[in-house]
Amino acid sequence: MFRYIVKRLLMIFPVILGVTFLIFSIMNLTPGDPAIMILGEGARPEQYEALREEMGLNDPFLVRYARYVGDAARGDFGRSYRTNIPVFQEIATRVPYTLNLAVTSTLIAIVLGLPIGVLSAVRQYTIVDNVTLGASLLLTSMPAFWFAMMLILLFSLKLRLLPSLGVDSWRHLILPAIATSAHTMASLLRMTRSTMLEVIRQDYIRTARAKGAKESRVIFGHALRNALLPVVTIIGVNFGIALGGAIVVEQVFAIPGLGQLMINAIRAKDTPMVIAAVLFAAIIASVVNLVVDIVYVYIDPRLKSKYVTRKAKKVTV
Amino acid sequence: MTTGSGTAAVGRVAAAKKIRQYKKKSQMRTIWLRLKKNRLAMLGLVLFAAMAIVVLSADLFMDYEEDAVAQNLSMRFRPPSGEHLLGTDQFGRDVLARVIYGGRISLFVGMATICVSLTAGAIIGASAAYYGGRVDNILMRIMDVFLAVPNILMAITLVAALGTSLFNLVLAMGISQIPRMSRIVRSSVLGIIGQEYIEAARACGTGDARIIFRHILPNAMGPILVQATQTVARSVITIASLSFIGLGISEPTPEWGSMLSEAKGQLRYRPYLAVAPGVAIVMAVMSLTLLGDGLRDAMDPRLKN
Repeated sequence: MFRYIVKRLLMIFPVILGVTFLIFSIMNLTPGDPAIMILGEGARPEQYEALREEMGLNDPFLVRYARYVGDAARGDFGRSYRTNIPVFQEIATRVPYTLNLAVTSTLIAIVLGLPIGVLSAVRQYTIVDNVTLGASLLLTSMPAFWFAMMLILLFSLKLRLLPSLGVDSWRHLILPAIATSAHTMASLLRMTRSTMLEVIRQDYIRTARAKGAKESRVIFGHALRNALLPVVTIIGVNFGIALGGAIVVEQVFAIPGLGQLMINAIRAKDTPMVIAAVLFAAIIASVVNLVVDIVYVYIDPRLKSKYVTRKAKKVTV
Repeated sequence: MTTGSGTAAVGRVAAAKKIRQYKKKSQMRTIWLRLKKNRLAMLGLVLFAAMAIVVLSADLFMDYEEDAVAQNLSMRFRPPSGEHLLGTDQFGRDVLARVIYGGRISLFVGMATICVSLTAGAIIGASAAYYGGRVDNILMRIMDVFLAVPNILMAITLVAALGTSLFNLVLAMGISQIPRMSRIVRSSVLGIIGQEYIEAARACGTGDARIIFRHILPNAMGPILVQATQTVARSVITIASLSFIGLGISEPTPEWGSMLSEAKGQLRYRPYLAVAPGVAIVMAVMSLTLLGDGLRDAMDPRLKN
């Protein structure tokens, strides 16, 4: 158990290192000279050359990469070309907004998607099931940002219930979170439905019914617990999608998160900022995936028994 | 006598029927027959075909430059009417014409994305599965790294580095889909590689490339085709999202995402501008999803008969 978690924790480092390499080398393809970006067009050639030397831009690619990783490990992600503020400082103020949005939307998706999925499976082929499936098809087919616009249209402009812009209170979070949650909710719902349908036909469910357990206990105690396993794995995968969705949805609601920072940095060709912003998003997605994987061990008794230590095994034998 | 020849004739007909029943139908035909029975999948196919026909034949009934691009400031913000079924936008351009021509971009980028990701994914996935061992390990670990970056972020990064042009957009979206594609190819190739006909081909001295492209890939096509349909559907959303945040197709080329980006500012007073491009996206994605789901069911051997 402990060994599995440690193993899984250690596995994240090569992935993050690889992601850093990937993003660093992609952004290295950006045309244009950073020295010109910073000094402007009017400086003397010696000045450009001196700055390039100072920034280490004349070194080979691998040397620059190694230096970047070394600095990044100490929390130094370079300075913005545009404002000369340390990149990390800027990102640290933006991450909470995006993370908040992605996490809230995932929670909404779980809270709504799971029960509706169960209901849909229990009432297979009824009108409830059909409506649910139709709705989930619609939710997956909509781009999150368009869904967001339609929500603003209905709830902010027509009904005047919720604010359409800004981040001042929890009320401002409702619409963006719902818009971002659509995709995750639909896929959780479908996954819950299909695994529940499989589980419900198993012998142990019949046994549970036969011994007279209450229907609610059969569904939630016996069936859902087993159906939950595959559902949990896709929560991790979907979090990455939710994070990507949040970055776009932020633009609709003018939320000053990672997405806004990233897009502005791309427009300004502020490479250190772009690299760090993408890197942070990717690391957050990986870490959430890791957490989900670890949670998975706790709820899946089969994996748990596979990784018990020898000592523990002896006791049970 | 007559009854005898009668039974013989009946017997012959029955035998012929039996032979026909056992005669091997081509795999594609079997799949098509089963797909045809799936009403939702057919709805998806018809809807998608209808959209594709309208988009591709647009030049027959309207003019790209005149209807979708040329500005006509005296006609700004006309609400939907008989002349302009979906109204006009802030530059007086017909929204319907722009939605139809916008479909061209989505269709083209979607298909081109598939070409890029399928080609690379097939090569990577098939070699990983075919050579196994260290090659498999290295290739799949690289793909893991790609997968750690959420799809749209990968596309954003690539567009940021390469710059926004149609070609770069296709490249960015294609590359961001490669890991998923190569995983699918790998797993479906792994299922085939142990078959006897592959061994037979190898015994005949067939080269690796020929075995992969001639014997394995055509037989592994099922799940790949399903994945391809879904990838096109997702690409339609991704390209709209990229254009929406200003990193995709830019003005004046009509594109659903950039039309929605413009409509965002007009949401309060002219909400009709935001409806049509969104509905177009939903229709395209939904029809492809239905078709993909239907294909998956039609190819699933467990659901046969």
